[in-house]
Amino acid sequence: MKHLLSTDGLDPATATAVLDTADTLKRTLLGREVRKLPTLRGRTVVTLFYENSTRTRVSFEVAGKWMSADVINVSAGGSSVNKGESLRDTALTLSAAGADLVIVRHPASGAAHRLASWLEGTGTAVVNAGDGTHEHPTQALLDAATLRERLGEISGRRIAIVGDVLHSRVARSNVHLLAALGAEVVLVAPPTLLPTGVHSWPVTVSHDLDSELPALDAVMLLRVQAERMHGGFFPSAREYSIAYGLNERRLALLPEHAVVLHPGPMLRGMEIASAVADSPRAAITDQVRNGVHVRMAVLYHLLAGEEEAA
Amino acid sequence: MAPRVRGAADPADERELLSAGDVARTIARMAHQVIEKTALDGPAGRSVVLLGIPSRGTPLAHRLADRIAEFSGVRVGVGSLDVTLYRDDLRRRPNRPLESTTLPEGGIDDSLVVLVDDVLFSGRTIRAALDALRDAGRPSAVQLAVLVDRGHRELPIRADYVGKNVPTARSEDVAVSLSELDGRDGVFLRRGASS
Repeated sequence: MKHLLSTDGLDPATATAVLDTADTLKRTLLGREVRKLPTLRGRTVVTLFYENSTRTRVSFEVAGKWMSADVINVSAGGSSVNKGESLRDTALTLSAAGADLVIVRHPASGAAHRLASWLEGTGTAVVNAGDGTHEHPTQALLDAATLRERLGEISGRRIAIVGDVLHSRVARSNVHLLAALGAEVVLVAPPTLLPTGVHSWPVTVSHDLDSELPALDAVMLLRVQAERMHGGFFPSAREYSIAYGLNERRLALLPEHAVVLHPGPMLRGMEIASAVADSPRAAITDQVRNGVHVRMAVLYHLLAGEEEAA
Repeated sequence: MAPRVRGAADPADERELLSAGDVARTIARMAHQVIEKTALDGPAGRSVVLLGIPSRGTPLAHRLADRIAEFSGVRVGVGSLDVTLYRDDLRRRPNRPLESTTLPEGGIDDSLVVLVDDVLFSGRTIRAALDALRDAGRPSAVQLAVLVDRGHRELPIRADYVGKNVPTARSEDVAVSLSELDGRDGVFLRRGASS
């Protein structure tokens, strides 16, 4: 693995190796007073965020620091981006300044791939921390880690991804990863919030949440991304919530063992009822906890091994 | 990383250093030495923990603990300590999968920890293990037990218990087979294998 840009095309063996590493790291650090490993001493990791983020950025920063890497945060506001510097020049600057890895979040789909192609030959690795409505691979990996922890195995499990699939990079990354790991994926959304071309994805599509619930092993809820919506994708927030929100009545329709995931930030009362978010069936804080270990594993797989010949 | 195939090389290039019987006798002798040197069955009764370094140190630690229990009646703590994250050669090799670290219940604080490994060579694994140990707790003392010491140390490290000293050339490879992992017991010297 040279970069981590998407889960589309990520081979299942590599994904499983990252998940295994994350699991071992979690168990290694459990109950320790000093949560710090010397593994990436002297390596420099830069987070380059052109969009707002709390959990992803903090999670990457904590992961880097627990592995003893030097982590530098660059955000679009407060950097030369405000002076009009292009993404390419910013990337080359970071690489020249000694970054071994750039973690990038950008509102444009495909930004991480462009960045990786510009940095070809410099030895700087790239991790996609979310590019527009395209992919967010570490989120999918941490969701998979959480599902493995709660369900034992992903292969053969039936998992629904519910809500704003159209604007969701989390959904795209999860569809590819979960399918590669052998899960059956169902997308449940109003027709206006499904992308064109969804028929070519390895999924089935449904518009009726209630009829899907009894057969599911997990429900993954997506945030309704108002900031990416310009126009009427659904009549009202209340109507969306009634048709696709996970409330207590729907929670009761799920099998006893099924888990509820949400990538956050949650809109309580919109896609998820408050009581559901706080119930023990929800693994939402586990997802955040696992996020750190999964990102440590990604850093380990990208930075610890022998440098690949360019 | 291609797994090293053990006990399957061309017999002309391979010499048996220890047979299955020798391995069992060697572990029994090391068990007696640990009992004697640590006085774990004495009136003071120190708390002793054996920590195997994966992969082959772990089954060795369990076997050693079984022999110690048989000879002294004392069950010592056993665990494993993965040192991959503490190695100084990570960037020189392809990525390695991590192995598990399990500490006995009660941890290792104030215990006498005996690190157990199959082959002592450069000493770099043991250096990494000492670093890993520092993050895992604070033992009262640390000792080292190895099945084979093949020389060529690169660091000031020496073992307290050695099953067999084997003079080797750097180009040679010492392969320890254990039935738990490799299907049979034995120690083999192979010529010309790259390390």
